[in-house]
Amino acid sequence: MAVKFSGCLRGILAFAVLGCFFLCGCASRPVENKNTVVIWHWMTDRQAAFEELSRRYEELTGVKVVFELYAPSEAYSQKIRAAAQSVSLPDIFGILGEKRDFSSFVKAGHILEITPYMLADNGKWKNMLFSKALAVNEFSSDNSYGVLPGIYGVPIDITTIQMVYNKKLLKQLGGNPNKPPATLEDFLALGPKIKASGLQGMVSGWGEVWMVDCLANNYAFNVMGKDKVLATIKGQVPYTDPDWIKVLEIFKQMQDSGILANGLVTMVNKNAEQLFANEKAVFAFNGSWCVNVYKGMNPGLEFGAMLPPAVNSKYPMVIWGGAGSSFLINARSPRKEEAVKFLRWLTDREQQVYLAETTLNLPANKDSLKKISEILAQFADDIESSTHPNIWGVSEFPAVVEALDKGIQSIVIGEKTPAQVAEEVQKIKQRELSKQSNR
Amino acid sequence: MRIKETLENYLFVLPAVTIFLVFYLIPFIWVFQLGMYEWDGILPTKIFVGLSNFKEILTQDNIWWLSMWNAGYITLIAIIFQNALAFMLAMACDREIRMKNFFRLVFFIPPVLSEVVVGLVWQWILDGNYGLLNVWLVKIGLPQLAKNWLSDPQTALTTVAVVHCWKGFGWGFLIFLAGLQTIPRELYEAARVDGANAWDSFRNITMPLMVPVAILVAILTVLGTMQAFVLIIAMTGGGPAYHTQVPVLRILASMRGSSRFGYACAQGIIFGLILIIISFVQYRFSKRSRQY
Repeated sequence: MAVKFSGCLRGILAFAVLGCFFLCGCASRPVENKNTVVIWHWMTDRQAAFEELSRRYEELTGVKVVFELYAPSEAYSQKIRAAAQSVSLPDIFGILGEKRDFSSFVKAGHILEITPYMLADNGKWKNMLFSKALAVNEFSSDNSYGVLPGIYGVPIDITTIQMVYNKKLLKQLGGNPNKPPATLEDFLALGPKIKASGLQGMVSGWGEVWMVDCLANNYAFNVMGKDKVLATIKGQVPYTDPDWIKVLEIFKQMQDSGILANGLVTMVNKNAEQLFANEKAVFAFNGSWCVNVYKGMNPGLEFGAMLPPAVNSKYPMVIWGGAGSSFLINARSPRKEEAVKFLRWLTDREQQVYLAETTLNLPANKDSLKKISEILAQFADDIESSTHPNIWGVSEFPAVVEALDKGIQSIVIGEKTPAQVAEEVQKIKQRELSKQSNR
Repeated sequence: MRIKETLENYLFVLPAVTIFLVFYLIPFIWVFQLGMYEWDGILPTKIFVGLSNFKEILTQDNIWWLSMWNAGYITLIAIIFQNALAFMLAMACDREIRMKNFFRLVFFIPPVLSEVVVGLVWQWILDGNYGLLNVWLVKIGLPQLAKNWLSDPQTALTTVAVVHCWKGFGWGFLIFLAGLQTIPRELYEAARVDGANAWDSFRNITMPLMVPVAILVAILTVLGTMQAFVLIIAMTGGGPAYHTQVPVLRILASMRGSSRFGYACAQGIIFGLILIIISFVQYRFSKRSRQY
């Protein structure tokens, strides 16, 4: 028998159903098993390896570790921020962003300080990790972020961002496949030859502007040294300084010589990787993760790692490097201790070797380097030449970074001169400095 | 009795009002409120800065206004060419032609495709080194026309606009076709009896009766195009330099790149207000034209 509702009753029912949806939405998270540690990450290429390690860990300890993958990285980044706002972060998570963002997470009480764990047993845990990888997760006593000094994260691998070259193509161009160009002069001299051969010169993901920033910083360190670069960030040296103009001119020289690939300014890194893996480009500016990527695209590719060719020998050529991915422990998690134990186990030699072998990333554990491939070892050799904005203790204003990156793009497309770009960047720097002083 | 009826009526609109309040009005007010703070989206504390974010956008943020200009340029191209194409194809499909339904289906495929996929496919087609377009241009003896379509500041924005038009013309096509089918056929028959040729029928019957439809399509085109960004992010990422930056990309950059949530909210409010003003002007215009 059909039940008949009056119009009024239907309205009330509809409202009640709607109310139920709201109430369900406001319900608390289901209570998770005390023996389950939840990890959020964005590393699609490592999920299978993480799951295998999680299985091994459960077998060993009875503690279940669930790796929840959220990709792409932009979506993951927003998810973490939203979870921080709603205080619903998992037991372990990673953050993608600058040191400034990291410091905000720490100051908001989301991240556990793990210095005591690292220093226990005469610093056994700390000593087995690369100091440069750990430094990215560390706040020194003189940090400008207002964070209590200490270690706040565990690096699980290392990344260096540098250059790679195709050995076969370099030989074709008359170069020595085991001796890539070490000076900017030699590098630029290859430009006309590359153009004449119909190949592409250097490819990179300069459409994602942070990679431009990275190379610009490499050259800034080489041209003027670390102190002057940091003084610029602190506002003591203007971007219109001749040394900065010299840095910007390097990009113009590269463009004029033909060493930069066509369409580089809007190229995304995936396309750059395809061009290099398919042997259409002689050089690439990429991170050490490329070893895994190139292997997937072209297993027979013969390539070597190199530092960006130096402009002078007064200051060393420095590349960005350090912790590739790090895990942080939720300070509010009821399973903090289990989380610490798991990360301690994850960074042990055996697990790090497994991760390095399966994902072809550089391990964060120093002892694990003995078992890595030749090409990865080349990247590892350059760790000593690495630095990272996250360990400088000061950060440049994002607006200034954007202006510098976009300015370099303008130089490459022939729209602006290095001097014009320097002036524009300095103008924005002054605007940001005055805004800061007004606060 | 009257009070009971009134209460009943209110009860019926209550769910709709609740949804509107919870999902539209309250978030709008909240976003406006956030626009008056300096906040990184992580820290629980926010610094109240009043209207300074709004002031900065209006008086100092040249890139924001450049992005508005770029969006306006794409919108202008879309209004003229995308809608002209949509109208012409709708006219063609409104006639008794063979495979009419097949063409209707084909023309509606681009809008239902994922914008990211469309962006990436066109990026490959337009690639300056190995793109299909350049390969064909060389093959047909026009190598001088081959270029880096998306990396050249002279062509990047127009190229993006053209792809946007290709992606979006199907919506206009569908609405125009629906509009054309509402025109009584008797009007054309009567005109023909009176000696009107095809052009006369188009000018005196089709065009006047399609004006309200054209305005609706124009409003939808403006709103859709001004807010376009997925296609652009997939094709150029907003580059080279700032040549294909659009307002939504700037909002994203403020939120994600600079961690300035408050500023991004202020940009969102200003952008929303601009769109409301444009829509209002178009609405007023459409009301006037309906009187015709």
